[in-house]
Amino acid sequence: MATQAQEKKSVIIKFAGDSGDGMQLTGGLFTDDTAFTGSDLSTFPDFPAEIRAPIGTLAGVSGFQLHFGSQRIFTPGDRFDVLVAMNAAALKSNLKMVKKGGTVILSEDGFDSKNLRLAKYEETQNPLEDDTLEGYEVLKIQVTKMTRESIGESPLGTKERDRCKNMFVLGFLLWRYSRSLDTTLKFLNAKFKSKPDILDANIKALQAGYNLADTMELASDRYTVAPAELEKGSYRSINGNDAIVLGLIVASKKLGIPLFYGSYPITPASSILHGLSKHKNFGVRTFQAEDEIAAVASAIGASYGGNLGVTGTSGPGLALKGEAMGLAVMLEMPLVVIDVQRGGPSTGLPTKTEQSDLLQAMYGRNGECPLPIVSCSRPSDCFEAAMEACRIAVQHMTPVLLLSDGYIANGAEPWRYPKASDMPEMKVEFAKQNGEANQFMPYQRDEKLARPWAIPGTPGLLHRIGGIEKEDVTGNISYDAANHEHMVKTRERKVELIANYIPEQKIESGHESGDVLLLGWGSTYGVCESVTHILTEMGHKVGHAHLRYLRPFPANLEAMMRGFKTVVIPEINNGQLVKIIRDKFLLPAVPFNKIQGTPIAHEELFEFILNLVDKG
Amino acid sequence: MAIESNPSGIPYTLKAKDFATDQDVRWCPGCGDYSILKQVQTTLADLGKLPHETVFVSGIGCSSRFPYYMETYGMHSIHGRAPAFASGLKIANPNLSVWVITGDGDALSIGGNHFMHLLRRNFDLNFLLFNNQIYGLTKGQYSPTSEEHKKTPSTPFGSIDHPVNPIALALGCDATFVARTMDRDPKHMKDMLQQADAHRGTSFIELYQNCNIFNDGAFEVFTEKDSKPDTTLILEQGKPLVFGKEGEKGVRLDGFTPQVVDLNTGGFTKDDLWVHDNTDHVKAGILARFFDNPSANPDALPRPFGVFYRTERPSYEAQLHEQLDAIKGSMGEGDLDKLIAGSSTWQIG
Ligand SMILES: Cc1ncc(C[n+]2csc(CCOP(=O)(O)OP(=O)(O)O)c2C)c(N)n1
Ligand code: SF4
Ligand SMILES: [Mg+2]
Repeated sequence: MATQAQEKKSVIIKFAGDSGDGMQLTGGLFTDDTAFTGSDLSTFPDFPAEIRAPIGTLAGVSGFQLHFGSQRIFTPGDRFDVLVAMNAAALKSNLKMVKKGGTVILSEDGFDSKNLRLAKYEETQNPLEDDTLEGYEVLKIQVTKMTRESIGESPLGTKERDRCKNMFVLGFLLWRYSRSLDTTLKFLNAKFKSKPDILDANIKALQAGYNLADTMELASDRYTVAPAELEKGSYRSINGNDAIVLGLIVASKKLGIPLFYGSYPITPASSILHGLSKHKNFGVRTFQAEDEIAAVASAIGASYGGNLGVTGTSGPGLALKGEAMGLAVMLEMPLVVIDVQRGGPSTGLPTKTEQSDLLQAMYGRNGECPLPIVSCSRPSDCFEAAMEACRIAVQHMTPVLLLSDGYIANGAEPWRYPKASDMPEMKVEFAKQNGEANQFMPYQRDEKLARPWAIPGTPGLLHRIGGIEKEDVTGNISYDAANHEHMVKTRERKVELIANYIPEQKIESGHESGDVLLLGWGSTYGVCESVTHILTEMGHKVGHAHLRYLRPFPANLEAMMRGFKTVVIPEINNGQLVKIIRDKFLLPAVPFNKIQGTPIAHEELFEFILNLVDKG
Repeated sequence: MAIESNPSGIPYTLKAKDFATDQDVRWCPGCGDYSILKQVQTTLADLGKLPHETVFVSGIGCSSRFPYYMETYGMHSIHGRAPAFASGLKIANPNLSVWVITGDGDALSIGGNHFMHLLRRNFDLNFLLFNNQIYGLTKGQYSPTSEEHKKTPSTPFGSIDHPVNPIALALGCDATFVARTMDRDPKHMKDMLQQADAHRGTSFIELYQNCNIFNDGAFEVFTEKDSKPDTTLILEQGKPLVFGKEGEKGVRLDGFTPQVVDLNTGGFTKDDLWVHDNTDHVKAGILARFFDNPSANPDALPRPFGVFYRTERPSYEAQLHEQLDAIKGSMGEGDLDKLIAGSSTWQIG
């Protein structure tokens, strides 16, 4: 009874349910399938802070947002075309974000009186029966009942059967978007290879959902989305933390030194530790330390021993690492510190995103303590950003901060991945005895002001390093006043000189000069791009530049900014980069801030900029 | 000192002074740290250590200045965290001879957490705790090992902190080598240092160290000729626990209760005494509790010095590298292009 499928340019789906409903998996699998069709896409998983908040409550709602289309997709999208709500709480917390006239797919069994009460609906209210859903296309499905029935004979109990509900929903959606079940079946077969009963139940539920969509009259609408015009090449889907894992491993192999990763678990950075721990056959040494201080200290110790020392954390952990990072500045030792930012201060919003720590990264240590800062702008960008952080650390003998955030870490996008041989070569040389034994000068500098990397075990280079101020060249302890000032300036200059070894800032899209420059960093990349594209199409003189290097800034940045009447800096914080830009360039940059734990919506930024150019 | 080894790597015979740097030693005259420095330099020379394969890693405190005075590699790190720096270093290069130098404040106060984890992981290194029962570098505040009621600048009316027992703590962390020695007994100290170095795993030595400026005489009762024989018990493997000026006193076990007996009054002979077995964890635990203050209590059990306990357990870094090798063996050396592509890809164009 298949009708002609309708073609859509882009679709935004939100999967929402209880944390136990498996919506992250459903969303992830639907995303994988979508990627294979050649659509461009962007995702935004949104978890509750508690692992298992009470079932059915508003606090327990877990969501996965997917935006895919035949055009370039820059963001996970503002408002949903389709909402899948597994229970009343999921509907209540998401309905306001569904487009008028959008589709709401409901699991009816999730709307009994208990669920309604937990979702804090009024005593007598039932959104399925009143006018709450007026103006939407509503598909009510008895997901629990039909999933249980579809499984039929099976040794599985009710609890285990109910775990297959997400597969039922997935099957339903795959039909609706004109997909086959092949990719998902392949995944299930691999995942449950050793658990035939569970495999069987999942497949049956998946097929039942697919068949229901096919036969269900009101769902007979079927859609297709054409492939996007993406660059030719080989693609995979990648999230930010996985891309960091790959970037670090490739960097260590290019440098020819083992990677050491010391870390203490913290959301949303932990999956870097998990990812690296899997890749021991690349010689990766992972160390789950007792706290963040030990994590950074062990990484410095490993660097001292000639490894590529890396540590990763989120804001609270970065605060703990500050003293040791200061030591690394004094030791002038390679070290990469990754901060996957989240809402702060304190525990803040641990599962939500925020560009929370730029000021901490820039200034959050005692003393004059400069270090380079590299930032990731989107999931796939984490790969190169991580390699850059490693390159700078090793070639300039300095700790480097790499900033990502929860949105980039968990969000996924298609990535035209490179071959390892396409990536630039990186060299590292340890110091060797050159001249008389043990007359070694550990703080003798090269043209980059970098000192030699002399590792224990090397004959002839005996020396001592530490956090007390050094005499330049000899590295001996020195309390001399003039030497201290000289060393402070030298450490600063060393970081500033890195500007000569990084690419110039380029305009990402839009005009090279004109009315408004959108100057972004980190996870505002997508929204800055989509707003700039539309405004330039409308004929406005707008440009978008996105900073990978936050310290030092690229040498041409000031000239670029001065080519625009107004510089707007959108940030998911209370205005951090804007302070630094104003301070450094005495330039009246305009902040645009959102501090709600979510990415900046396209609409809001678009209107803000439009207002500016209209007034222009 | 210029040459470390001949071209084929055989060490020239080095003397203690070859392990000394040209830096002025800045400890107060009379400080117990001098004696420890001398014995460590002597021991390294005696053991034929190669300076370039030896690393001293310290935290912060008077004691932690130690690396600057050792003609080896060295890192003076941050307060309390030396164990973590040393852990990363040992993972990077397990062949190095690593010595962690720390104080009672450094190891047991700010670094208490790292202390515990270093010992249970059993990195193969030597851990020297300079216990002077005071914060020396910050001018004399009480430390976690200071006795109760101690008057210091931060406790003018007496401390109400209960002191920690470092040996008991180390045993509680499943340390694989636990010993105590003192600055005033160079011979004993050297013996402990040599045994510690021979042990594979974390070798913990508590060194009683006199801070003659802020806590002078803290261990006098154990170190001075007159009182030492009656207050100290030198532990020797396989030998009965005997002490006293003429060896006239011994320790026996009455069930689990240690008891001091007089060997001259006829009741007990040497055969009745507790024979030291440093492989017995339970007995080591009892010995660790010989912790009374003899100045306050004439019937106090003597304070033991020597190796309380030792056992063999694989070191963390050895296991880490074994695991790496095994995984490389079974999975083969990783292929970067496969890694980057991951398990599911698609083509466009
Ligand atoms: C983070 C930090 N807090 C405090 C200090 C100050 N400080 C330096 S050494 C020290 C105590 C040292 O005592 P101990 O470890 O017993 O060493 P000692 O000087 O007695 O050898 C303190 C509190 C510091 N250097 N760093
Ligand atoms: S203050 Fe005490 S511990 Fe520190 S150097 Fe002087 S005597 Fe030694
Ligand atoms: Mg002390």
